[in-house]
Order: sequence, then C-alpha cells, then structure tokens
Amino acid sequence: MTPEPAAPPARSRIKWLPRRVAQLSLWQMVAVTMALVLALPVLVIFAHVFLPAGDVWLHLRETVLGEYVTNSLLLLLGVGIGVLVIGVPVAWLVSVCEFPGRRIFQWALMLPLAMPAYIIAYTYTGMLDFAGPVQTMIRDLTGLGFGEYWFPEIRSLTGAMLMLTLVLYPYVYLLTRAAFLEQSVCVLEVSRTLGSGPYDSFFRVALPLARPAVIAGLTLALMETLADYGTVAYFGIPTFTTGIFRTWYGLADPAAAAQLAAVLLSFVFVLILLERWSRMRARFHHTSSKYSNLPRYRLRGWKAGAAVAACLLPVLLGFLIPAAQLSIWAARTTDHWMNPDFAQLVFNTFYLAAIAAVVAVALALVLAYARRMQGGLITGIAVRVAGLGYAVPGTVIAIGVMIPFAWFDNTLDSLMRDWFGISTGLLLSGTLFALLFAYVVRFLAVSLQTVEAGLGKIKPSMDDAARSLGMRPLGTLTRVHLPIMRGTLLTALLLVFVDVLKELPATLILRPFDFNTLAVRAFELAGDERLAESSSAALAIVLVGLLPVILLSLTIERSRPGQRQQKGRRNEDSAEAEPIAVPAGTQGA
Amino acid sequence: MTITNRNPAAAAEVVLDDVDVGYSGQRVVHAISLELPRGQIGCLLGPSGCGKTTLLRAIAGFEGVMRGEIRLNGESVSRPGFTLPPERRSVGMVFQDFALFPHLDVAGNIAFGVRGWSRGDRDRRVRELLRLIGLSGYERAYPHALSGGQQQRIALARALAPKPELLLLDEPFSNMDIELRTDIAHEVRAILRAEGTTGILVTHDQNEAFAFADCIAVLNNGRLSQWDTAYHLYHRPADRFVADFVGEGTIIPGKVCENNCVETALGKIRGPLSDRFGPGTAVDVLVRPDDIALDNDRGDIKAEVLSKAFRGADFLYTLRLQDGTEILCVAPSHDNFVVSDHVRLRLNFSHLVVFPRGDSGPARR
Repeated sequence: MTPEPAAPPARSRIKWLPRRVAQLSLWQMVAVTMALVLALPVLVIFAHVFLPAGDVWLHLRETVLGEYVTNSLLLLLGVGIGVLVIGVPVAWLVSVCEFPGRRIFQWALMLPLAMPAYIIAYTYTGMLDFAGPVQTMIRDLTGLGFGEYWFPEIRSLTGAMLMLTLVLYPYVYLLTRAAFLEQSVCVLEVSRTLGSGPYDSFFRVALPLARPAVIAGLTLALMETLADYGTVAYFGIPTFTTGIFRTWYGLADPAAAAQLAAVLLSFVFVLILLERWSRMRARFHHTSSKYSNLPRYRLRGWKAGAAVAACLLPVLLGFLIPAAQLSIWAARTTDHWMNPDFAQLVFNTFYLAAIAAVVAVALALVLAYARRMQGGLITGIAVRVAGLGYAVPGTVIAIGVMIPFAWFDNTLDSLMRDWFGISTGLLLSGTLFALLFAYVVRFLAVSLQTVEAGLGKIKPSMDDAARSLGMRPLGTLTRVHLPIMRGTLLTALLLVFVDVLKELPATLILRPFDFNTLAVRAFELAGDERLAESSSAALAIVLVGLLPVILLSLTIERSRPGQRQQKGRRNEDSAEAEPIAVPAGTQGA
Repeated sequence: MTITNRNPAAAAEVVLDDVDVGYSGQRVVHAISLELPRGQIGCLLGPSGCGKTTLLRAIAGFEGVMRGEIRLNGESVSRPGFTLPPERRSVGMVFQDFALFPHLDVAGNIAFGVRGWSRGDRDRRVRELLRLIGLSGYERAYPHALSGGQQQRIALARALAPKPELLLLDEPFSNMDIELRTDIAHEVRAILRAEGTTGILVTHDQNEAFAFADCIAVLNNGRLSQWDTAYHLYHRPADRFVADFVGEGTIIPGKVCENNCVETALGKIRGPLSDRFGPGTAVDVLVRPDDIALDNDRGDIKAEVLSKAFRGADFLYTLRLQDGTEILCVAPSHDNFVVSDHVRLRLNFSHLVVFPRGDSGPARR
C-alpha cells in the first residue's frame, strides 16, 4: 500500500496466463480478484435465471408471485409518496426558513435513521394493539368494549408503509437539504432580479435544481423498502423477501428461492440505474462554487407554529415515541437484560460487528488505493462491482452465499468420505465465516464510500510535495496519509459496525446454530409476542445506532463552505468540504 | 543571453539534453534541449496541453525520460532506465493547488522537509522564511484558515525550507486574482533571488513569464519552439507559433521584391532578410501593433478604423487597409479616432520578421 506515483506500475508477467490477463498490474489484479469474490453471491443468484424452472418455481409463479409483485410495488409506491411528502418540505423549512427550534430540528430530523424499521414496527404494534396503552385508554375514556369501536389495524400493508416511511424519510431529507445548501445564492438572486418573488424563485429555481438530489434520496429509501424483511415478516405481508424466506425454509427449495431473489434483484437494478442517473444529473446541476450564507425567510405567528409542527411530528412519531416506549418496557423488564446471558449476547454482537467492520475497512482501503495507484477503466469497474452489495437486499445476499458454500461443503465432504472415509462436515456454511462474508459483501460500499472520500482529500500533489521534500514512499504513507485519514477510518469503522449491528435477514439465514445477535433476539422475541422482553435488545441497537447519526450531523455542519469559518477568506475547494456520505443500508432491513 | 550569476554556491545548473517524456508509451514531449545556468530563472511557456507540466515533472523526478538525459549540476539524474527519485534530487516544488498538508499548521508545513535538522535550526529556518514571505506570526495557523495568496506563499516557503538547489513552480499563480499575479510573480522572483536558487516556472500566461523569468522556453505541442529572452521572443520569434503566441500582432502576406525588402499591402518594408528569401519568394510578414504609427500628417498609407480598445495609456486599433487586409496598431490615447474614421499610417519597423508562406498556425490572435 505504498503510494509511489513515480515508480512505473508494478507489472507481473506470468507466462502461462492469457496475454491480456498477464498485462494487468498488481493493483488491477488485486482489485479484479476482490470484485469477483465479492460479486459471487449476486452472480450465483443471476445464474439461477438461466436454470430450468422447477416444479416449486412453477407453483410459485401460478400462486403467489403475482401477490409478491403487487404487494412489493404497492409498498414502494406508498413509501415513495410518504418519504417525499415528509422529506422535501421539512428539508426546505430547515434550510430556507427561520423559526423557533430550527437549529435543533436540523439534526433531530435525522434521528429516525437510528431506528430500524422492524423495531419501530413491533413497538407500534405493542402500543396500538388491543391490550396496548392507546386502545386501553380509549376504552377507559369511552366505556366501550371489544369490537364496539373502530380502530385501524397496524399490522397491514398500510401500516408497513407508514412504519417504513417514518424511518426512511431521512434519506430524502438529508440529500434534499444538502442540495438546497449547496445551491449558490446567486442563482436565487438572479431569479429575483428577473422578476420572480421568493416563493416563485423556490418553485422555479431551487426545487428544480434540487430534483436530482430528491430522486437520489428517494431511490435509497426505495432500496431499503425492497430490502426490508423484518417489518413485512412481522406484519405478515407476503412480499419478495418474506417469499424468499418461505421458499427457502418452508418449501426447502434453494433454486426456487434463488429465482425469486433474481426477480427481486431486477427490481433493485432498476433503482440502481435511477440513482446513478440522478447523481450524474446532480453534478451537472451544481451551479457555482461561490457560497454565501443563505438569507432565511423568518416565519412568524401561525406560520412558525405550522413549521414547528411539521418538523416535530416526524421526529416524534419516527423516534421519540417509539424510543420512549422501548425505554419504558426495558425499565419494566430489568431482569431480562441485567444478566450474564444478555451480556454474552451484547458481546457476541459487538465482536461480530467489530470484525466485520475491520475487514470491510481493510478491503475498502486496498480497493481505494488500487484506484488511486492504477486508476482507469478496469480498476474503476472492479471497485464499482465490489461496492454493488449496498443495493442488494440482505436476504438475496444470504441465499447467494449459502448456495455456493453449501455446494462446496457437500462436495468436499463426499469426496473426503469416498477417498478417506472422513466426514469434513460443514466448513463454510453455517459458520461465522459465511456470516462475515455476507456482511462484507453487503456493507463494503459503506466503508468504501467513506474511505474514498477521505483519500480524495489527499490530493496526488500532496504525495508529490512530500516526495520533493525528501520523503520516501513509506514515509509519505505514515507522515501524510495516515494522519489525514485517521478520522475517516474511524468513521468508516463505526458506520459498518452499526450497520452490522442492525442487520437482520442475512443474520437469520446464515448465523451458526445457537448463535444470536441483538437484532435476531429482538426479532424473535417480538415474533413470539414477547414485546416487552425484546425491548432491551432493541434499545441497545437504537442507542448504538445514534452514534453515526450524531457523526453525520457533525459532518454536514462542517461540509457547508462558508457556514462557520468566516474568519479567514477560504479557498473555494479547500480542505474540509467533505462529501456527505449517506450510509446506505442503514436500516438493516 | 548574458545574465549575471548572483549566487553560484547553492544553485544548480540544469541541462536537458534531447529529452523525450511520455506516459504509457505515448510521447508527450519531444527532443527538448536547453541549458539553464546557475541562479537563473527559467520559464516553460505554452498553451495548455503543450507538455510543459510533463517536462517539469520529469525535471522533478516524478516521471522518467524515454530518451535523452537530464543533468543537475553535471550529475545525470534522468536517463532511460534510470530515474533518481524526487526525494534525492534537492529539488523543491510549488504545486498549482499548493498541496499544503491540511493536518499540519504553517510551521509544521514549512518544517516538513527539514525534520532532520536540530530543533533550534528548524525553528530559526521557519521564522526566517516567514519573515521573507511577510507572514511572521502565522506559525500556528492552519492552511484552511488562510487566503489563497497566503497559502501560495506558505507553499513557496515550504519548498524553499530545505534550501533546494532548484525550485520548480507549476502554474503557482493560476489560482490567484489576475491583478495580483504579476505583482506576486515579481515578489517570488525577489525571494528566489534572495535565496539564490535556480528556478523554473511553468505557465501559460506570457505576462507572468515576462515578469518572472530570465529566459523563456516556448513549447508547442510537445516540442521546443524557442529558448530565449522575453525581448527576443517578442521581436525575433523563431517561428509563426511563437510570433502568434507571444504578444499581439498580425501576419500579412507579402513578396520579396529585392534583397532586404518585402512588398505588402502596407507598401515596401525594408529590413535585413535571410538569404533563403530570394527575390520573388512569397512570404508572410509579422506586423506588431507598434510597427505601425498612426500619423494623419505624414502618413501615406490609408486605412479605416474597424474597432478600437481603450487600454489606458494607449488605444489598440483594428484597421482595414484599402485592399481589405486587417492589421493592429497601437496609438497614444490622446488621439481619439472613432470607428469608421479614415486615418493615415506610417511604417515604424525596427526589425523585419518574415516566415515562408504557408507555414502552419493561425494568422492572428
């Protein structure tokens, strides 16, 4: 990993390899190999598209496939509308208007990011079902009994839409707000001089400029929706992810499960293309590099009240109320978490998450340096492919890991038994290795995005400067790169750590026998209607999940040029302006 | 070129001998040969993409050479198959984006290259350089809190700290306000003189080159067009490219009528001509705006004012001769002609610059 721009690229010539392969440099070979290994699960799933349809698949297609498609599409539609309706207006309010509490809402609106969808789903179920506090209060106040009043059923498709919307709107909020802040005041002022009023300017200039960012946020939210397993499974809604589980465990047909996963993947790829396209447009829409503070419209009277209400409601429903409920439950069930078992559970989870984070960040470093040393088409594509997992639902990755690993184990086992009469048993599948591999596939993009952003701050000319000042490559690495990258690496570790902590479906499928994580424990207890007992594990996840949210809000605060540093004249694109890395896969599905 | 050698002790002599540089088999710079004496300041001038930065990086040791040799103080530092790494060349470099280390304060940045020195020497050197660049008291400031001009000077101080024998500057002024560029170029030149370092600047801005350099290499498409003083580049351009790139002017067609005389739309222009332009040869003549004088009393060439640009002390007129040829002309701003006025011109050539007809290159810029 030595940065040595001057040296000719290390070319390894291996005679028996085909010419084109032999001409790849060391960095390129490393990048391509890593990309191929990490793409294995997705490739396995795709390969199943070409397998002949088995009986189970034909059965699925005739009976439930239509329902899966319909429900998944309805869910996407509902969540899509929901996150736009919440995300865009609040982003506009906090970035363009001034009202009481705006500075607090600015970061508080991100809090629901810490709340995994499955946790909020069963928390609300516990609150809103017949025996829950809300219905009990209604009965106490009105004197009505069971069945004598109407109450909405939370465990429904609409309920799932609401739950997912409440925790996914921050994606739209974050990206839209960043877009508003990046817009140069000049374009808004130009529009004023051309005769548009402030509101007119917003709708004719600011909003169209922010549109690519809105779409990017929307696609991220929709990817999470497609990936969600916990919520729909708990609410009993047949969608792709629950269908894959059912086919895998209920029908015990891996091929059919993989074919189902392939259909889900095709949905995901449409979203990926949409996201790429919108991000590309976002670059074109970046109008100017000169920034100044946005003059805010001061809201007064009922307008200010309405703005506060609009910002408070999502925070209340998406974080404060469920977090309060979880805390109450956890306080009531202290004997369930103040014991060695729970400590063991926490240790298991943190241990697993820490290893996954270290591995993911190490691989991200290798890939990022490969791109820096040997940029170009091959490395670029390899890095892209390696980072593709962020869009792939955990369920799909788990199936894609399980099938080849199980094949390897079975083949090896039968070979060894034939030859030596020894049974090797399960070497890969059902081990922590399989689980870690799935985590790295899924979350490498999170670390990669962060590490690349950090490495991007070290311009190639800084390497050259260090060299011209008498520093050898290794010295450049330790005295220039490492100090600059330290914060970035910690951030990347934290983001992956928290994502692994929250991950549910892949953990459910791949965990070794009798191995539990906080997420699995919370989900299983909730599934057994032991909501109060599950609260401690859930609360632990939420609390740790708050860390990246805090980190993110600090990053954004710093990323706005001219926002805080007004003392010295700043250079247009100088050091601190970090790209805001929105952690993909934050919901853990 | 005769320029006095002020400080031979700490400065390097730079020799490029028939150098080719390129990336991945593609040659970017071809057959460059030039010599920069100790303590002098040279400049690589040319449009973007001409290979000037590539050549500078080869001198620094960031790129190897594909042919020829680079010698610093007589020592071969680059030849095919051998490139002395940059950290062992005693070459300082100032980068276009300054490349200050964001994690170090000003003192840390400047002292980066002298960490082998004793603490006292280091601190003294930092203080000395900060005084030289006029930023005393900024030791503890971080780069992001400084203005572009301040960052630029810190980058210069950092490069000078280890007392390099040669300082390379890669378009160091291009990020600055235009009004400041020439001033800062003068300032940096004075600092280099004070440090007695040989310097090479890369730029696409001829005013910067004129303000900074003793000797200028004009590069065109990877090849050296001319290696000369600013005065000679302007008045004795080696080819049409240099004539076109350096200074203003027009190139008009003409025909050699007798020895040392060319017949053009401006009439007969006299001046020493090379032997290869025998009578009857079709040629192109470089007409600088100051080769023509506006003189309604004594002038005998008629022209019409097409447009004019006020430049303070003078006007730059675009004129159309009777046969339609357009030329540029500088005139003091107290005579104020207006567009479509008819004026008279007088020839005021001090040198005659002639190129064979049909050379490549645009006729004017």
